[in-house]
Amino acid sequence: MASTSDLPGDKRAIIEVVGLTKRYGPVLAVDDISFDVITGEVFGFLGPNGAGKTTTINMLTGLGRPNNGSIRIGGIDCTDNPKAAQHLLGIVPDESNLYPELTGFENLCFCGALYGMPRQEREGRARELLREFGLADAGDRKFETYSKGMKRKLTFAAGIMHQPPILFLDEPTTGIDVASARQVRQIVAQLHGQGTTIFFTTHYIEEAERLCERIAFIVNGRIVRSGHIRDLLQPVQGRNVLLLSVSRSGTSLCEEMKIAFPEYRFQPTSPGQIRVESTETIGIAPLVRLLEERGVQVTEARRRVPSLEDVFVEVTGIEADMMKKDKERTGGGAANQ
Amino acid sequence: MKRWTAFWSIFMKDVRTYYLKPPNVSWGIIFPLAWTGMFFIRAGHGLESLTDVLPGVMAISILFGTTSVLAVTITFEKRQRSFDRLLLAPIPLELLMLAKTGGAILFGIVTPFVPILIASFLADLSGVAWSLVIPAIILIAIVSTFLGLLIAVSVSQVFEAQTFSNFFRFPMMFLCGLFVPIMSLPVFIRPLSYALPLTYGVDILHGAVHGGNIMSLALDFPVLGAFCLGLFALSLRNIRRKWIV
Repeated sequence: MASTSDLPGDKRAIIEVVGLTKRYGPVLAVDDISFDVITGEVFGFLGPNGAGKTTTINMLTGLGRPNNGSIRIGGIDCTDNPKAAQHLLGIVPDESNLYPELTGFENLCFCGALYGMPRQEREGRARELLREFGLADAGDRKFETYSKGMKRKLTFAAGIMHQPPILFLDEPTTGIDVASARQVRQIVAQLHGQGTTIFFTTHYIEEAERLCERIAFIVNGRIVRSGHIRDLLQPVQGRNVLLLSVSRSGTSLCEEMKIAFPEYRFQPTSPGQIRVESTETIGIAPLVRLLEERGVQVTEARRRVPSLEDVFVEVTGIEADMMKKDKERTGGGAANQ
Repeated sequence: MKRWTAFWSIFMKDVRTYYLKPPNVSWGIIFPLAWTGMFFIRAGHGLESLTDVLPGVMAISILFGTTSVLAVTITFEKRQRSFDRLLLAPIPLELLMLAKTGGAILFGIVTPFVPILIASFLADLSGVAWSLVIPAIILIAIVSTFLGLLIAVSVSQVFEAQTFSNFFRFPMMFLCGLFVPIMSLPVFIRPLSYALPLTYGVDILHGAVHGGNIMSLALDFPVLGAFCLGLFALSLRNIRRKWIV
């Protein structure tokens, strides 16, 4: 469980989840997960497609009913009454779901009105957000005419229209261009600076590492590891990682290399890539020599500082690149730069 | 107050984006006009018989007007997920659905005035009990809208909503006493007529327009009201069961 017990006394949990479970027929989508989110933090929820991230968000925000477990948001028990805390929440879903026939400005005003914002206030806030997101010139255009990146940004703006103390961001940078993704990340950092609690799901591990304070890895509906980034990184710090791009890879080749270099750990991570890991410094030249002797061409050898990605790979057994590609194949785009 | 701000915004957004759009405005005018022309001509017993078919034409205009738009718009919004945005707003589901159906109810209230206007030029409507016609129109609009809502929340595709609503609408034209008196239907079909809400609304209109009601108005109004509440409650239940999963 992502516990808050190790946090300073003045930091309290604003979201408390205990034993949350969700079944869809025979499929166990979320399996007895528990975690806390602290007031004002950015909490990352990482996992591959179908891990249970969106199902969890749906249960927390009131779009889904848990089969078991309890949810408290802002001290309010929302397990059986999901409407009770909805006034505290802002939600940016993984797909843009604004009204195509309304303009950007009208969409934002409408979203503000849903939270009871008076007309003058919502119009002022809508203009402010359009400026902030670089959409001021497109404010009078219908949403259906927006590009994918513009749609994503307006959807984000709609989520923070009423300045919620808790914001749910479901894959906010998926499928948008690099510049828009960067802008979204800047806004997340800015909101965090203003004290907004952010529940952030992503499959971009570097993005989570950059923005979040604590992280939970979810795989097949279960939280497999969670904690502060510095604590999660501790076991991999001091390790050396080398990525070799090769003309052919495979388990047998790795086994051969293991015999020659028993102090290193070899793992074929994807077709054409071998990951070498050791607590000692890895010498590139002997490795390349051995591979070339075996008729394998080495096109690139890249040293890497151990990161959260290594933790993720270790914990889940899923290669982060594969997760990214999988997401991009199913509708997202590459935006994590 | 905040809830009413949300209510008003949802209602006005729907009126602007759906009901005031040229295709719907023309549907609201042309459709009742077509029915009016067809049945007024078909009556064929001279202009004095217009009042006999007027209640049926009014009811059919309301029924088709409300169910057509509502069944499509709600299903469409659910599919493109903008309906989720409404479900995430901090307003009670009851109020949200009243706001979503408000536009359709209003649309349903306006459409029967097309045949009434035409009939006012062709027949003497001085004997019509308007104090009964107006509440009947309102109740028929509400019950038809909630029937459309129930259909919309019971399906997932727009075409299913259209097919499903036709499954109800066309039999109701013949079973609810719109143009064929219930008493002239075969005895074994009549229980079906009494199980349909439109029967009671049309009966009030027949009573108000030409004194041809077959049931007591003291029965028609409460039964129609009960259908409104029942259909709305059933729709809410379906939304909670099927859309908040």
